[in-house]
Amino acid sequence: MPQTLSPQYAIQAKNLSVYYGAFRAVKNITLSIEQRKVTAIIGPSGCGKSTVLRSFNRMNELTPSASIAGEILFMGQNIYAPEVDPVEVRRRVGMVFQKPNPFPKSIYENVAWGARLNGFRSGLGRPNMDEWVETCLRKAALWDEVKDKLQQSGLSLSGGQQQRLCIARAIAVKPEIILMDEPASALDPIATLKIEELMRELAEEYTIIVVTHNMQQAARVSDFTAFFSMDEDRAGALVEYGLTTQIFTTPKDSRTEGYITGRYG
Amino acid sequence: MKNPLPNPLQPVFEPEVAQRNRLAAVWRLLFRLSVAISLGFLALLLFNILNQSFGYAALTTKIDPASLAVNGAALQTLGKEDLLKILQAKISKGRLRQLDRELPLSERSREDVYALVWQEVVQPEVAYTWPLLDSLWRPAAVRAEAAARYPQAQLTFRSWANASFIRSSQSSDPLNAGVRTAILGSLWTIAITIVIAFPLGVGAAIYLEEYAADNWLNRLIQTNINNLAGVPSIIYGMLGLAIFVRTLQPLTSGAAFGVSDPTTANGRTILSAGLTLALLVLPLIIINAQEAIRAVPDSLRQASYGLGATQWQTIWHHVLPGAIPGILTGAILAISRAIGETAPLVVVGAATYITFDPSGPFSKFTTLPIQIYQWTARPQAEFRNLAAAAILVLLLLLLSLNASAIVLRNRYDRK
Amino acid sequence: MSLRRRSRPGESLIQGFLFFCGAFSILTTVGIVYEIGKEALLFFGDPEVNGWKFFTGLKWQPQAGEFGILPLLNATLMTTFFAMLIALPLGLCVAVYLSEYASPRLRNWLKPALEILAGIPTVVYGYFALTFMTPLLRLLFGKDVVDIYNTASAGLVMGILILPLIASMGEDALSAVPRSLREAAYALGATRLETAVKVVLPAALSGLAAAFIVGVSRAVGETMIVALAAGAGPNFTFNPFKGAETMTGHIVRISGGDLSYDSIDYNSLFAIGMLLFFVTLSLNLISQQIVRRFREVYE
Ligand SMILES: Nc1ncnc2c1ncn2[C@@H]1O[C@H](COP(=O)(O)OP(=O)(O)OP(=O)(O)O)[C@@H](O)[C@H]1O
Ligand SMILES: [Mg+2]
Repeated sequence: MPQTLSPQYAIQAKNLSVYYGAFRAVKNITLSIEQRKVTAIIGPSGCGKSTVLRSFNRMNELTPSASIAGEILFMGQNIYAPEVDPVEVRRRVGMVFQKPNPFPKSIYENVAWGARLNGFRSGLGRPNMDEWVETCLRKAALWDEVKDKLQQSGLSLSGGQQQRLCIARAIAVKPEIILMDEPASALDPIATLKIEELMRELAEEYTIIVVTHNMQQAARVSDFTAFFSMDEDRAGALVEYGLTTQIFTTPKDSRTEGYITGRYG
Repeated sequence: MKNPLPNPLQPVFEPEVAQRNRLAAVWRLLFRLSVAISLGFLALLLFNILNQSFGYAALTTKIDPASLAVNGAALQTLGKEDLLKILQAKISKGRLRQLDRELPLSERSREDVYALVWQEVVQPEVAYTWPLLDSLWRPAAVRAEAAARYPQAQLTFRSWANASFIRSSQSSDPLNAGVRTAILGSLWTIAITIVIAFPLGVGAAIYLEEYAADNWLNRLIQTNINNLAGVPSIIYGMLGLAIFVRTLQPLTSGAAFGVSDPTTANGRTILSAGLTLALLVLPLIIINAQEAIRAVPDSLRQASYGLGATQWQTIWHHVLPGAIPGILTGAILAISRAIGETAPLVVVGAATYITFDPSGPFSKFTTLPIQIYQWTARPQAEFRNLAAAAILVLLLLLLSLNASAIVLRNRYDRK
Repeated sequence: MSLRRRSRPGESLIQGFLFFCGAFSILTTVGIVYEIGKEALLFFGDPEVNGWKFFTGLKWQPQAGEFGILPLLNATLMTTFFAMLIALPLGLCVAVYLSEYASPRLRNWLKPALEILAGIPTVVYGYFALTFMTPLLRLLFGKDVVDIYNTASAGLVMGILILPLIASMGEDALSAVPRSLREAAYALGATRLETAVKVVLPAALSGLAAAFIVGVSRAVGETMIVALAAGAGPNFTFNPFKGAETMTGHIVRISGGDLSYDSIDYNSLFAIGMLLFFVTLSLNLISQQIVRRFREVYE
């Protein structure tokens, strides 16, 4: 399917501002994320990258003081509309965190848990749970390493393996979007490389939004890049957004150029 | 592209979010309900005490006061002379002499003598008592019931906890019994507990936090303290009975100091009780003090050592001043625990019935909780009322202690 | 100026005193084990007493030379059972509410309220059992079914006493579960309930088990409630509406009366006390061990 013919965006933020109490952490972000692409969010520390990402699946609601203004459309539908259930939103917009956080359950159970929770149904012509767990672990490029120890605790894996397990866990509920907040920052270079490859592969099926501090990583894995920065009152704002190749070769804004070349931030 | 075809194996999800949300709402209600029930228990507990501390009482008298009228003048209008005459006529010579010895009758006021006549001659008795709820909710029904069942009785609304309840000593007559002896006993006991347990506890905490190296002995000490905190209080009572009351009898009865009074030569004294409670609260004081000392930042210690202070100078001038509010708060909480303890003191041998004030560490004793225990254990309803009133006193005592702990904590927290 | 080590007698004196303070608690333990053990041994050494029958006998009648612990032990277990029946479910629910649902502000109000409940002297609970719970039970089940003294009333009220303990230890265990696990569950589309029950609770299971064990130990050693409400007199019965004396209740009643030292009655109390001590001690040790393991997982 030619990608150019998909006008519908996975996520659109319109005039999004996020507050922690009275403090405005990000202001007036307007941005449209393409389906089945990898979009990278970069920017200096504290500019609100995580904040924006967490508002995409209403995870920010778990912080009691957080509130938002503006709209976030998921497949054209405002996810903050009163009739929308955050539980439903989070099932369809999954998340992978900075620090690997597998459940203290078996590897198998880590993957199966979310699927079962969301009413996984097997049947004729459909995978049963064992097959589905295998599929997800294969997609997360972890299957070969764990296939003989599915009943061991997820905590017994190495950091990189744990993170891939978390990715398998996320895709096991068949989300449409996967949000990743610095998914490789706690990992060594080899594990990082594996995660990056994985992101590229997953982009065939999922929309991926990844926050990263690593410029090379953003350049390597992403199709689009959004650069955030802070203004005087410490509120984060979107500075520039476009094709990764364009952002990294011919940035329009001098702040973007400064940040990418390491002169700023 | 590697995988142009969609995966043939695609599962189906039926998340049934609405149903799950309903379940979640039901359980949220249950959790809330549990909290409400727990708080309800607290309310019920307090209400039950108040309910029994106040209410109507039907009082009858052994002798009808009307029969004591002199020349048609009612008892309450009589002068002191007439009242004295009634006293002399109606009570035994021995009792009269005893009263005279306490305070010569001629020196007593008219009110005092009137009270004596009432207490010694008229002798009011409690026929029946109603709880506060009934007394407030359906006073008419109470009055009717009283009139039907106790026609002779006089119905009065009575607060069992009143000034004379606190001032009077123990008595077998519920209308005159009080908690003075018990309060004094509690205060004496606690004073001894504090004097022993506080320095020992704080010393142990300092040792464990500031001096103890990480070796088997110190680990043993620490584990041991944690375990002692979980030993049932009655076990401490048995320890106190075996050691303080029995083995150390010459000391705890005061015989070794030549001050024992013959009734207490058996070692069942305030001193034994105080020491027993000291052992009981020691682990709590230590654990609380350790926490307070641990909260003092290490930078303070290093700054002091940097100035050439010795270890003790550092502790005395820098660590303890920072930790003292926490230590005191913890100690107050431990002490409140000691004030409410009953079982160990029963085992150590609190006296069942004493009417004289304790005069020192070698006196026989009773305490507030013991008094509550004994009144509660009696079958007559009016003693339950007394117990409720005594509980009220005990809770107020504990409340003021805890309030002082909170004030202390807040005062120092602000600094 | 000399850098030689100076002797500081004051300093070592103080250190010596502090060490004594620390070691004093060991003396307490030694005292408990020695004194109680000594009297208990005197009891078991008595020709009238049969060690085997102590643990298996169904009758405790010192005047008849019958020293079977089972009636007392049974009553203790019955009151403990009823206490946990109240304290465990309610305490757990309160713990979950405090750690997963309540806002920090609400929590700051609720916790002190529960502390008040925990700080009320046990003799007051005993009063409550006798003047409120027992009449309530008699109202519900009939006066001919429920005796004035019964183990159910004492046990249920004991549950109220232990509830705040379970709630606060439980809350500690639940809040020790890292936030990241909760976030992981929410990100998969779990509801608050599913997160709490299927992720947080299992992760805190050992901490909750420790709370449960401490609660049981507390119930076994609790004295005043059973002394006032459970009944005065050993009675081997499984009927919770009949009176039956527990181990602690027996110790209090007998030692509160006139007791002569060196009598078999006196010694028998210490045999019961020793059993009580070892039961509660082992329960506490087990729970401490569990808590330590649990900490290692998350720290
Ligand atoms: N829970 C919170 N409560 C209050 N303020 C918060 C909270 N979380 C984040 N903030 C504030 O919001 C702003 C943005 O934080 P955010 O974590 O989104 O930044 P970030 O771009 O992800 O930074 P980093 O690159 O370091 O992860 C910061 O100023 C931060 O202090
Ligand atoms: Mg971040």
